[in-house]
Amino acid sequence: MLAAPLAGCAGNWQSALDVYGTSAISLKHLIILIVSVCSVVWMLVMVALIAALCRSRDAQPVSAEPGRERRMTIAVTGAVVATVLIIGTFTILSFVATHALTVAGQDYLTIRVRGLQWWWGLEYIGPDPSSRFETANEIHIPVGRKVRLKLEGLDVIHSFWVPSLAGKQDLVPGRPNELTIRAEHAGIYRGQCAEFCGMQHAHMALLVIAEPQDDFDKWAATQRQTAAQPAEDETATGLQTFLAKPCAACHTIRGTAAAGTTGPELTHVGSRRTIAAGVFETTRGSLAAWIADPQTIKPGNNMPMVPLTPDELRAVSAYLASLK
Amino acid sequence: MTRPAPAPDARDSDRTLLAGALAETWKTPSGFWGALATVDHKIIGRRYIFTAFVFLALGGVLAALMRIQLAQPEARLLGPDRYNQIFTMHGANMMFLFAVPVMEAVAVYLVPLMVGTRNIAFPRLNAFSYWIYLAGGALLWTAFALDMGPDVGWFAYVPLSGPQYGTGKRADIWAQMITFTEISALAVAVELVVTIFKQRAPGMTLDRIPVFVWAMLVTSFLVIMAMPAIVLASTSLILDRLVGTHFYNPAEGGDVLLWQHLFWFFGHPEVYIIFLPAAGMVSTMIEPFARRPAFGYLGLVMALIATGILAFGLWVHHMFVAGLPRLGDSFFTASSMAIAIPAGIQVFCWLATLWDGTPVFKTPLLFIVGFIVTFVIGGLNGVMVASVPFDTQVHDTYFVVAHFHYVLIGGAVFPLLGAIHYWFPKLTGRTMSETLGQWSFWLVFVGFNATFFPMHILGLEGMPRRIYTYQPDLPWHGLNLFVSFSAVILTAGFLLFFVNAIRSARFGEIAPDNPWDAPTLEWATTSPPPSYNFAMIPIVGSLRPLWDDRDTLPIADGLRTDRRELIVTTLATAEPQAREASPQNSIWPLWAAIATTIMLIWSIFSPWAVVWGSIPVAFALIGWFWPKGTPEDGS
Repeated sequence: MLAAPLAGCAGNWQSALDVYGTSAISLKHLIILIVSVCSVVWMLVMVALIAALCRSRDAQPVSAEPGRERRMTIAVTGAVVATVLIIGTFTILSFVATHALTVAGQDYLTIRVRGLQWWWGLEYIGPDPSSRFETANEIHIPVGRKVRLKLEGLDVIHSFWVPSLAGKQDLVPGRPNELTIRAEHAGIYRGQCAEFCGMQHAHMALLVIAEPQDDFDKWAATQRQTAAQPAEDETATGLQTFLAKPCAACHTIRGTAAAGTTGPELTHVGSRRTIAAGVFETTRGSLAAWIADPQTIKPGNNMPMVPLTPDELRAVSAYLASLK
Repeated sequence: MTRPAPAPDARDSDRTLLAGALAETWKTPSGFWGALATVDHKIIGRRYIFTAFVFLALGGVLAALMRIQLAQPEARLLGPDRYNQIFTMHGANMMFLFAVPVMEAVAVYLVPLMVGTRNIAFPRLNAFSYWIYLAGGALLWTAFALDMGPDVGWFAYVPLSGPQYGTGKRADIWAQMITFTEISALAVAVELVVTIFKQRAPGMTLDRIPVFVWAMLVTSFLVIMAMPAIVLASTSLILDRLVGTHFYNPAEGGDVLLWQHLFWFFGHPEVYIIFLPAAGMVSTMIEPFARRPAFGYLGLVMALIATGILAFGLWVHHMFVAGLPRLGDSFFTASSMAIAIPAGIQVFCWLATLWDGTPVFKTPLLFIVGFIVTFVIGGLNGVMVASVPFDTQVHDTYFVVAHFHYVLIGGAVFPLLGAIHYWFPKLTGRTMSETLGQWSFWLVFVGFNATFFPMHILGLEGMPRRIYTYQPDLPWHGLNLFVSFSAVILTAGFLLFFVNAIRSARFGEIAPDNPWDAPTLEWATTSPPPSYNFAMIPIVGSLRPLWDDRDTLPIADGLRTDRRELIVTTLATAEPQAREASPQNSIWPLWAAIATTIMLIWSIFSPWAVVWGSIPVAFALIGWFWPKGTPEDGS
């Protein structure tokens, strides 16, 4: 059984407070603890402030008097000492909690995550070379297994952030980073680029789909396969158009002559839930809309508008939608 | 040099003669050229403040545009290109053209008055710094009006701002605007340090310096030490872009994180360059409104200095998710949290002052109270983001947007607005309307909190910063709509403040010399002060001269009245050392600023501008420094 459909997601699917990943769960505990202590501190200061402003006092202004000054010095010193103790505790606490950023245990799977303007390139490295495959914008992981993400910024700096699973980590050109995640529950978790990366920073989302091991294995097996041969006339025309037009210069569809690497891998694009890094749900219609005019839908992105006749557009979108 | 104040009637006729002579010596000629050539710190300070508030208003318009855009998912008011320019402009404008300059501007006006001298040190440099600042602001806004505004964020991270991805001239305009503001900020910082070190009134020993002046001294040192990092960073960026060096190009051995280190080594102290003057304003303003001396002078000053030192050990907390070694990150957690100690000392001292004093609820005190309420939130959520693990969830989200607006608006703009109400009588000779002042306070206070507090929640709910829109299936639209509506209240508060200021400047009640019965020296002269500030230089016998020597402020004499002279005193004990000539008005700073502006803007387009453009600069500087036969300073 594949995880719930998009709309059926429990609660917020991109939130540091609605957490389903090992490290996000410990981070949430830390966040709640620190926020609670800070709220109490703020309230104490407010009580002191209100008391200072509203307390009844002698009618005439007072001048400084040694005894009172000394008592005030003691009060202020006490408050400063309390501050030192609190931030000291926080410092130690956050030092200890830093280990929560790395999930313990054996790696089950390694995925290369490449940040590009404005989509995510994914390469499953897996236990053996034959199991490698590429995809884009949608990460599937088995529930309860530790997954290592190797983060590489290929053009500018991006930041990988799926708050329901883990804290964020930047993808810095020239400096590979790593992040480990483990989903405790099956579900669809949304993430999006958190470091400003140019024109379409707002539209650089990805999905992490955590599913039971069997479902994951099935999905991975499908992804390793090359694209199915078109079964109908329309999809066959679609493939021909795709190869004849500039599409193939940028996109790869394994099993066909299309082997471009500038744009996302499309071998199983029809099986992904969204296109254009989270802009649309994948349907034949949304594929057609996207291909017809990518610059209006996601201005500034690197996909040019390729002039197609209505028939060609229909055929190409039917073909891509069929790539399950 | 000291003498007791003479009998009242003799003093009156003496004073009239003296004032006439001094007014002739120190005057700014009326008319266009007179205005351009003036070196009077008060005129330049007022210009600076006015210009900075114009930039505040412009930056506010940008913020309003962003709030309209974000009020609803997938709004189409702004496209991504314009939005990215707008948020970049908002940040760059508010940091470089408003917050830092406005604090220095207030200091340019007030510090010479508060230390009891007749003009700021290096007054021509002061004039030059204003023109350069104005040119930098004009460059940025002209570029924006031409749809060439920078779109790489106010932090301009490489490689996005580098030659490959930041095409066009937008990032160059950002980098060169930085150069303009660097020059003007450094110039003012040097003037302030020298004024504070060497021009204090006789008797104003180190422990009698008003806290605001201390704050400006620490701030000026921060400017002097932090700016070189951004000079280096932006120059290297310009070189990468213009002449093809590879400082930030990883493919050629450069490093993209080098930019972040350099930028934040400047960028974090920058925050304290904005906050410390505000803290100084609070410590100074609280006295007349609590009707008692600020509690813990030593603690307040030491807290300023401690913050200034710690400011240079925090920059990595802007890079907690960049992939630096975790142990190193934790060190910066400790240092970032340590900032809470000096901040706490100040807050507790202000609370003690209010506790023990007799609060007078005028607008400036309201802004001080509003400041304490919001700044404590800003400090506490600052402690939160200082924690590495906490930060990995909220970094680059609206949580951080909430945090720094709490610190910058709550922590700096609230005190600034209070300060404008407080010093307005001194600047203009008129008082701002108290009724409008209180209304604007409540609108700003409520509007601010309603606008920015929900952003904490938005950030935790996963909303990243710097996105021009979001999709309807994300659960953010309710809070975003609320935030945008609250921003209307905030805007109304600021509008009311502007109306009040403009109206009061023309029609406000005439202010007495010391309307708040305040203890510091700027209130010892008339409102507004004469061109020479003080007819007689006061002699300072305590930290609060106007409270402790209320009726008989001793004065020093012996300065010439037929040429501009001021007293130079020793650094620690402020004993008179020499009579120093103070420069006459001059048009040359303006020519030098124009020549510098041409060179800097030209160099956006060609590296040869640095060669050929420096020739007019050299001529302007020769004119500026041409010996005019001023006699040697007397001692």
